[in-house]
Amino acid sequence: MRRVHPIITVMALFTMGFLYLPLVGVAIFSVNQARRGFVWRGFTLDWYFRLFDNEFILESAWNTLLLAVISTLIATVLGTVLAIGLERFPWSRRMNTTLDVILHIPVVIPDIILAAALVVAFGLLRYISSIFEPGLLNMIIGHITFQIAFVALVVRSRLVSLGRDIEEAGRDLFASSWYLLRRITLPLLLPGIVAGAMLAFTLSLDDFVISFFTAGPESVTLPLYIYAAVRRDVTPEIHALSTLVVLITVVAVLGTERLTRRG
Amino acid sequence: MTRLLVWYGHLTTRRSLTRQGLLFLASGMLWLMIFLVLPGLVLTIVSFATRGAYAPMEWDFSLENYKRLLGFSLFGWTPDYLFILWRSIVVAFITTLVSVILSYPLCFYIVARPGRGRYLWLTLVIIPFWTNMVIRTYAWFLILAPELPFAKLASFLGFIPPGAPLYPNAFAVYLGMVSMFLPFVALPLYASIERLDWTLVEAAQDLYSSRVRVFTQAILPQTLPGLSVGVILTFVPAMGMFVVPDLLGGAKYMLVGNLIQQQFGASRDWPFGAAISMGLMVLTMISLQLYRRRSKEIEFV
Repeated sequence: MRRVHPIITVMALFTMGFLYLPLVGVAIFSVNQARRGFVWRGFTLDWYFRLFDNEFILESAWNTLLLAVISTLIATVLGTVLAIGLERFPWSRRMNTTLDVILHIPVVIPDIILAAALVVAFGLLRYISSIFEPGLLNMIIGHITFQIAFVALVVRSRLVSLGRDIEEAGRDLFASSWYLLRRITLPLLLPGIVAGAMLAFTLSLDDFVISFFTAGPESVTLPLYIYAAVRRDVTPEIHALSTLVVLITVVAVLGTERLTRRG
Repeated sequence: MTRLLVWYGHLTTRRSLTRQGLLFLASGMLWLMIFLVLPGLVLTIVSFATRGAYAPMEWDFSLENYKRLLGFSLFGWTPDYLFILWRSIVVAFITTLVSVILSYPLCFYIVARPGRGRYLWLTLVIIPFWTNMVIRTYAWFLILAPELPFAKLASFLGFIPPGAPLYPNAFAVYLGMVSMFLPFVALPLYASIERLDWTLVEAAQDLYSSRVRVFTQAILPQTLPGLSVGVILTFVPAMGMFVVPDLLGGAKYMLVGNLIQQQFGASRDWPFGAAISMGLMVLTMISLQLYRRRSKEIEFV
C-alpha cells in the first residue's frame, strides 16, 4: 500500500463531500416534518407515503418504467443483431469505417442535437401520420436510437473477445449457421447482451433531454416531472421522490457490481 | 466464377456471406438511417429554411439563420449569439479543467485504499455517475437556497443581496457542471492510475525531480489514455448541456443548449434552432478532431 500526502487526502475527501453534499441534503430534508422552509421539525416518513397517493407521480413512474423497458427490449435485440452483423462478416475497410462512424454518432454528439433532429423529423413525419404527435411513441423511438449504438458497442466488444476458435470447432462438427448462432454464439454472448441491456436501461432512466423534446402532455416521466416541479414549487414530496430515485440508483449500481464481478 | 473461402471454419462464397451479413445489418442500420441519419440531414436542410407564420417552418431557403447566428440583423451587428457560443466553450473548458484537477487527488486517494475499501470508494464515484442529472441539479438548487448557510455566507460576504438564493448565476452553473461531470473524468482516469507503474515515479524522485516534474514527466504520460477519454467525455457533452444552465443559470447565464431549447420551445423558430444545432455540431466536430489527432484509439464503453 502506498502512503498518500495529507493534502491529497484532504482534496479527495473535499471532492467526495462536494459530490454527495447535495444528495445528502435532499435526503435530510425529505424526512423533515416541516412543509416549508428549512427548519428541522423532527423525523417523518410522511412525504414518502404521500408519493403513493399522488396520481401524477405514480403515472410518471409508470411512464418512466414503460419507456425504459420497451425501448431497452427493442434496442437490445436490434443492437445485438447489428453487432453480429458488424463483427462476424468480412466487410471491406470502407464499409467498416462507414458503419463505425454511424454507430458512434449517438455516442459522441451532444444529446441536444439528436433531440433537435428528432423534433424536426417527427414534425415532418406528422404530415404522413398523426401517430408521430409528441408522446410516448416518439420518446421510445428516440431512446432506442441512442440505445442501439451503446448495445451494439458492448456486444461487439464481447464478440471480439470471444475469438473464433469455438465457432470454428462448431463448424468442424457440422453445425449449421442457424444452429451455431442459436446454440453457441448467442449463449456465449449472453453476458455481453445482458451488460448492454443494463446499460441501455440505465441510459433510458438517466435521459432527460431526448424525453423533454419529444414528450407530450400525457407522457410525463419522473425526470420531466421533477424538472417541472422545480420551476413551479419545490415541496418535500419532490425531495422524497428524488431521494427514492437516488436509492434505486444505488441498489442498481451495487447489483450490477456484484453481477459483473461474479461473471 | 465464384471463389470459395473459409470464414470461421465455414466453407462459403463471398457472395453468400455478404448476403447473410446484410441480413444481420439490415434491421439495426435501417433504424439508425431512418431515425438518426435522415433526421440529421433534415435538420441540416431545415437550418436553411425560414420560420413560418403558421407552420413551424417554410421552405424558403437562405443563409439568413446562419447570418443571424453570426450576429447580423436588421439593426447591424450584435455578437449576442456568438457570445453564447463562446461562453459554452469557456464553461465546457473550465468544467473539464476543474474536474481534472479534482480527479487526480481523488484517484490517487482511492488507489491507495487497501483491499475492499478501494471498491467502496470507487462505487461512491460510480453512483453519482449513474444518478439522473435532473435530480442532481435539483439537489444543488436546494442546497443553494437562501435559508441555508452557503447563500447566507455569500450574502454576508456581499456577493449576493441578503435573503437571495445563490442562483441563478455563473457560480451556480460552474458548481453544478463540475459536480455533474467530475465522475466522467474520474472513472476513466482511475482506470489509468490503477495501472500506473510506480517504479517510474520512484525513479524520478530518486533522481531529485521536483514535484511538478514528477507529475508532468512520470505520471501524466502514463495516465494520458484515461485522461483523454475523460476529457472528451466531459468537454463535448458539457458544451451542449441544457439542464444545469437552465435551472442554475437562468436567463442570466445562458448556454447554447438553452438557446437551442428556446427555439424549439417558446420561440417556435425551428429553422434558427436547427442552425444553432449545426453550430454546436461544428464545435463538437472540431473538438473531436483535435482529440483524435492526439490519440488514435477511442474506447467509449
